[in-house]
Amino acid sequence: MSLTREVRFWVAQRATAVILAVCVVVHLATIIYAVRGGLGAAEILARTRGSIAWGTFYTVFVLAAAVHGSIGLRTIAAEWLGWRGDTAELATTVVGVVLTLLGLRAVAAVVGAP
Amino acid sequence: MDVKVWRGGAEGRFETFDVPRQPSQTVLDVVTHIQRHLDPTLSYRFACRVGMCGSCAMTVNGTPRWTCRTHVDRVAADGRLEIGPLANMPVVKDLVADMSEFFDKWGRAKGQFKPSATRADDFAKIDPASPARREAEAGIECIGCGVCYAACDVVSWNRSYLGPAALNRAWTLVNDARDSGQGERLLAVAGDAGCHSCHTQMSCTEHCPKRLSPTRAIAGLKRATWRLALAEGEE
Repeated sequence: MSLTREVRFWVAQRATAVILAVCVVVHLATIIYAVRGGLGAAEILARTRGSIAWGTFYTVFVLAAAVHGSIGLRTIAAEWLGWRGDTAELATTVVGVVLTLLGLRAVAAVVGAP
Repeated sequence: MDVKVWRGGAEGRFETFDVPRQPSQTVLDVVTHIQRHLDPTLSYRFACRVGMCGSCAMTVNGTPRWTCRTHVDRVAADGRLEIGPLANMPVVKDLVADMSEFFDKWGRAKGQFKPSATRADDFAKIDPASPARREAEAGIECIGCGVCYAACDVVSWNRSYLGPAALNRAWTLVNDARDSGQGERLLAVAGDAGCHSCHTQMSCTEHCPKRLSPTRAIAGLKRATWRLALAEGEE
């Protein structure tokens, strides 16, 4: 058994949790601020389009969520379904990759040029 | 007082006994009364009766407890008492749970002391105030009663999980400067069956009759395995 493998999963889970704690707070604060005058696509795009800061923020958010979510699903699969081993790891890795791709596509859509 | 007691093995039922209330009566007193006066076929386990040996733990009103130090007054204020074997272990008969898997896991967690010196060497000098010794000190009073193991949800989800008591034992040895089996031990306690499966729900710490904190020990093992993994990564 590899010591580093399980330890890395655990550290990645903890580290992404710390990142997500910050990201979720910023995200919620932004939502509360942004909806004051009603929510519109134009207003959101005006804030995000071409913004390196928002692009970086949401990219980090997406990556942290994908890593954190897929490691969490791996544990849930093991504990609730008794599903362990290579197939479970493959399945949760696929979920992580799909989350990453969908998330980055969404980031590109709001940050990129029209 | 009506007392419901588990009868049978994994398949069984609760049987009700009428037990007289006594002042300062413990749950173990109740079980002993039943076995001596009402039904001699009742099986249960005890030895010291004073909270040292760790053999009398049972499930009392749904909670794992050491029965010799649990007063009926404290757990059955409404006069209801239901006594069963410890959870997360196979039932042998009545109130006797099979603890062999529980103790085998102490072995799997490398809970054996592995000396680094011989009798020719001088005594190891350990400063009682050193951080490592204080960590070991915090965990060494475990009596192996299995209450934490029965209270742990992770054990019920993952049958190979080593459990709080075995990991607590491993942590006391990780902090033992005289022990030479550290790498092997940290490898044994890492992973799906080990400390990384703990959800820090602290049920073990909540229920430990000796008021130890296996949760703290497990957190220490997580840090220690991380340090070892970093060191291995650098090699």
